[in-house]
Amino acid sequence: MSWTLVVVPIIAVILLNLPFGEGYRKLAFPAGIFLAVLQSALVLLPIENMFPYGACPLSPFVFLSPDALGLLMILSVGIVVFSALLVGWRMTDKTSRKSDFANLIILAMAGMNGVILSGDLFSLYVFLEIVAVSSFILIAMDKNREALEGSFKYIMLSAVATILILSSISVFLMLTGSTSFSAAAAALKQGNHAAVLASGLFIIGLLIKGGIAPFHGWLPDAYTSAPAGVSIFLAGIVTKTTGIYTIIKLVSYVTGYTGPVKEILLFFGAVSALLGAFAALDQKNFKRMLAYSSISQMGYVIMGLGAGNPLGVMGAAFHLFNHAIFKTQLFVNSAAVEQETGTLNMDRLGGLSDKMPVTGATSVVALLSTAGVPPLSGFWSKLLVIVALWVAGYKIYALIAVFAGVVTLAYLLSMQRRVFFGNISASFSNIKEAGVSFTLPAVLLSTITIAAGVFFPYVFEKLIIPVQALLGLL
Amino acid sequence: MTQETAQLLRLYIVFLPLIFVAGFYCVITTRNLIRTLLGLEILTKAVTLMLALAGYLTGRTAMSQALIITLIVIEVVVIAVAAGVVLNIFRHNNSLDARNIRSLKG
Amino acid sequence: MNGLTLDIFLLAMMTAAAVWTVMRGSLLRAVIALALTSIALTAVMFRLKAPIAAVFELSVCAGLITVVFMSTIALTKPLTHKETLDYTKTRMKRFWLLPVIMALLGSALLYFTIPMDFNLAAPLETAKNFRNILWEERQFDLIGQILVILAGIFGVVVLFKERSKDEPQD
Repeated sequence: MSWTLVVVPIIAVILLNLPFGEGYRKLAFPAGIFLAVLQSALVLLPIENMFPYGACPLSPFVFLSPDALGLLMILSVGIVVFSALLVGWRMTDKTSRKSDFANLIILAMAGMNGVILSGDLFSLYVFLEIVAVSSFILIAMDKNREALEGSFKYIMLSAVATILILSSISVFLMLTGSTSFSAAAAALKQGNHAAVLASGLFIIGLLIKGGIAPFHGWLPDAYTSAPAGVSIFLAGIVTKTTGIYTIIKLVSYVTGYTGPVKEILLFFGAVSALLGAFAALDQKNFKRMLAYSSISQMGYVIMGLGAGNPLGVMGAAFHLFNHAIFKTQLFVNSAAVEQETGTLNMDRLGGLSDKMPVTGATSVVALLSTAGVPPLSGFWSKLLVIVALWVAGYKIYALIAVFAGVVTLAYLLSMQRRVFFGNISASFSNIKEAGVSFTLPAVLLSTITIAAGVFFPYVFEKLIIPVQALLGLL
Repeated sequence: MTQETAQLLRLYIVFLPLIFVAGFYCVITTRNLIRTLLGLEILTKAVTLMLALAGYLTGRTAMSQALIITLIVIEVVVIAVAAGVVLNIFRHNNSLDARNIRSLKG
Repeated sequence: MNGLTLDIFLLAMMTAAAVWTVMRGSLLRAVIALALTSIALTAVMFRLKAPIAAVFELSVCAGLITVVFMSTIALTKPLTHKETLDYTKTRMKRFWLLPVIMALLGSALLYFTIPMDFNLAAPLETAKNFRNILWEERQFDLIGQILVILAGIFGVVVLFKERSKDEPQD
């Protein structure tokens, strides 16, 4: 019953804010955790067609049943929201703000589920805006100067993207009299110039929302300045759903994997992969480095999509999922470091592994997976993308992908050395492992990373192979 | 396409880009945070006009009105949140000059 | 006055109001100019047979959004005196280009005929009325509206709350 994914969180938020006092509003945290776990569990249950099409009593025809990639995204949303809530709840100090935080995360979760379920350009816009608005507020919530400015930058770029997306929608409405994916795809098939222009505008809007270079200006600021729980949420899932997943959806359902689309995706993907990796090399701030790393990894996803063959699409989907897991993990680790030491400046940190063994060890798992070291999950998805590019004849792009992978290993090892290995500075001599709300998600996420790598054949068959269907939709 | 439709379309093809240019120019050039939001509002007006035109030309005014109303609701919420953020920035900087924002590394 | 002349007049009004919004020195007057843009848009939307959306635009955009802007300006009290002086001195340097660009673009658009090689969607035979469309075809959007409004309420509560003393000042 796909509609429950959007409607239940709304009802939950309304119920959670009935005027029964602050103690009652605190229930938002367990409710959010419950919804997130439930959502992931439903995807993993061995039931065919868990979210069948058209089961909503209110509305018989607008809720799509999620496709294979949609299911993967619903699973990732659940996992990331779970981690972000645990960490964010612990790191927010005031009670009233804690419940605002949890409520906004639940709203954004409903918005992302809506993005995943919508089959209509305009509904897509509506749900993208819900996620964006909740994110603006979440970033600005602590009201310190950097966070407010990061939020304002995000508002501006997101609004420009929205304008592009809406112009595109109105051109499609003019040409086809409808805003559905299928009508837009039909208009494009006729080789209509206005339709080509409109789909270009839509894709550029989504590239801005996904923080792909050269439209990434807002992303490092927003990630770095946001409160820790919110950074996890933004980096782990928000930009991935609103930008990257939506591009995959648009390309699969509307434009199709045609020559010019592939060229555009390959170019922007390669620029992102390289630029993000090199920018990450000389960052001092832990979170800022991770933000640039995110830009670089999203470049891989876009390149895999640009290869336009089954391997590439599967690689893109798997890397998107893996990235949600291991980047969330790295941000959880950075939050643990910030909580214990009060700083994210990597030059001042060092030797934390002795004092925080769980954080240090899980961070090694996540960084090796990000860099694509076998047998972890990141290795398989990167391999799929690179092989797909090579097979499709884009050998230069395949080499760029390999090269960016080497740079990734370099900056992540440098991070690990500066933060977790080496000699500990005297001022941090009496720190200890951060609490269970940091170590629980860290251990869970690295278990997923290892399991998805070691049991790759099973995961591949169960979750990734069905994604191929995206290629044959048009 | 009837002659009347073509004429109307031609008219809008002259005026719509002008409004878009005014909005984008405002967003890019201005240094005042509130004025940046005004620029965004102008752009939103242009998009609203495009949707209304699309509905009129294709005879689907009911549909386009439903879309415009949703669009306006979202527009109000975004502007209210953005105004809240601007207000808080002012409380910190005591200034609305966007140049003070560049303190963040790009 | 025939229909086309009226359309030209209204669109010209709207464009002029938009340019005025950008060029006005005083923020308060710029907000009023934005409200005028909204009012002109309302008139154009009446011409485009979208009366319900037009009324909505008038009440929400010309009304509510103007109030939001006005209160933000009031709360962020006018810039300090020196800043205002700097501002008026330098702003003309940055804004004189806009009328020039617009005049050039406008004449270019008038001069060159844009190829209109595309077909518009055929009109529907049975036009559904507004209410049916909104409640039957766009329900997903209505659920979206509820979500956006809820998020907006949290935004206003979180962002407009005065800072209490225990929060960090910098």
